[in-house]
Amino acid sequence: MGIYIYFSEKDFYMNNIDYYWERFTLKQRLLRYLVYVCFVSALFFSIRTVEVIPEFFYDAPEQMMDLFSRMWPIEFEYYPIAVHTAIIETLNIATLGTLVALVLALPLALMSASTIVSYSWVHWVARFFLVSSRTVNSLVWALLFVAVFGPGIISGVLAIAFRSIGFIGKLLGEALDEVNMGSVEALRATGAPMITILLKAYWPQVMPAFFSIILFRWDINVRESAVLGLVGAGGIGVILSDSMNLFQWRQVSIALLAIFAVVIIAEIIVVNIRKKLI
Amino acid sequence: MDGIKNNYPNPFPTNWKLIGLTVLFVLYVIYSVEAMGLSWPRFIQGLSHAGDLLARMVPPNFTRWALLLEGLIESIEIAVISSSIGIFLSLFIGLLAARNFMPLWVSSSVRVFIALCRSFHPVIIAILFVKSVGFGPLAGILTLITASIGFIAKLFAEAIEEISLKQVEAIRATGASFSSIILFSVLPQVFSRFIGFATYQFDSNLRNSTMIGIVGAGGLGGTLFSAFQRFDYDFVAAILITTIFVILVWEFISILVRRIFI
Repeated sequence: MGIYIYFSEKDFYMNNIDYYWERFTLKQRLLRYLVYVCFVSALFFSIRTVEVIPEFFYDAPEQMMDLFSRMWPIEFEYYPIAVHTAIIETLNIATLGTLVALVLALPLALMSASTIVSYSWVHWVARFFLVSSRTVNSLVWALLFVAVFGPGIISGVLAIAFRSIGFIGKLLGEALDEVNMGSVEALRATGAPMITILLKAYWPQVMPAFFSIILFRWDINVRESAVLGLVGAGGIGVILSDSMNLFQWRQVSIALLAIFAVVIIAEIIVVNIRKKLI
Repeated sequence: MDGIKNNYPNPFPTNWKLIGLTVLFVLYVIYSVEAMGLSWPRFIQGLSHAGDLLARMVPPNFTRWALLLEGLIESIEIAVISSSIGIFLSLFIGLLAARNFMPLWVSSSVRVFIALCRSFHPVIIAILFVKSVGFGPLAGILTLITASIGFIAKLFAEAIEEISLKQVEAIRATGASFSSIILFSVLPQVFSRFIGFATYQFDSNLRNSTMIGIVGAGGLGGTLFSAFQRFDYDFVAAILITTIFVILVWEFISILVRRIFI
């Protein structure tokens, strides 16, 4: 932030001060205007060229009401038939996926933390894996794993796991970077082996962060595993897509209601556990 | 050494609660692996397929670059439009949800609305919008607007709740109207964080806009999904590489933008 105060010595003594104050320098202002111009032209260009049919937009509320009216009497009888097992399956996918991700992310997190490994090429290798895991969407991971393992739960678990590696590894690596080195040095001075240093110096310091990262990711994974079934990777999404393809909207509404309930319950659980931990 | 009485409690008692929880957790994992029929031979069998898949992906096929570019531009357009509208709406919705500026009944009902926007995965919202407005980018735009409101409005409301009230009071003391209070005391305090949220949300909208095409909401996802269905794995690889590249470029631009504004 540049602050300019112009006044001449004469003005100052004559009590005739002319402050000229600017919050930003000229360069800062020009750069900001450049960003605004780029943004506005990108928006303008997008609106001009995107293929939106306005008629579809005008009758959207009508179509929406039609959809909801078809969904309306929620078919609760369908819940024990198929939805219950599917929702349990979804929860299992989320939990197991988070666990597998944890196992795979731990070494990458250790490698990416500069307080543990001092070689920068190791950091870059770890960062490459973490970034590529995060960039590919969980649904795309699911497509890949369905191509490899065939439709089924195993693809869902692995898709969730591979998407979560980047998230858990990055946040855990950052937590490890912020560790206070005092206890590490104290232990190292006693000649403790690496594993002891990790367990007794690093672990107690990163434990709260560790659990809150895991819980946070689990919460996200519950949401994500609900849609993996759309590409055939198991869970409630399979029920959802089957019912939709058969135009059984009342079954769709019970599936959506179940997803909503599970997501809310997962969030409540996570918030409560986190309150106790921190 | 018989002078020492060992009557203090063990400083490191066995934590039965923790052990119990661990055992329960291990049992749960065993049960769920059993219940879902995950088995080692299946996994090994899959790995050989993985080798095949990778071999078919390896020379990424960029010959259909026109199709790829078309999908990519549509994805970017969806992301730009939905981020702009979503962030613009979030400004107002976030302000309405801030507990220190609004009466309780307004803020709590707006908060429920934000939670509703956030609780469903974008793909599910996309399905509903595809059914109501038809296939194409419009459904994608509406979906990502909803997703942006769910995320930005919440963070923005929290940012407004954390501002210093001194400046608000100073502006109020000049007799400024409500809109001037917002413009000259609230916005300057939250603007830099807002830029951070906005760049992040554009990033996540870009990622999501390559995904929601799978259910027909426009963008690169549709191209990707049809390539998967036609087993054109070399084209899939090309699409994935392009997506990753675009997102990395955006990450670079967002660092620049943040440096300009913060």
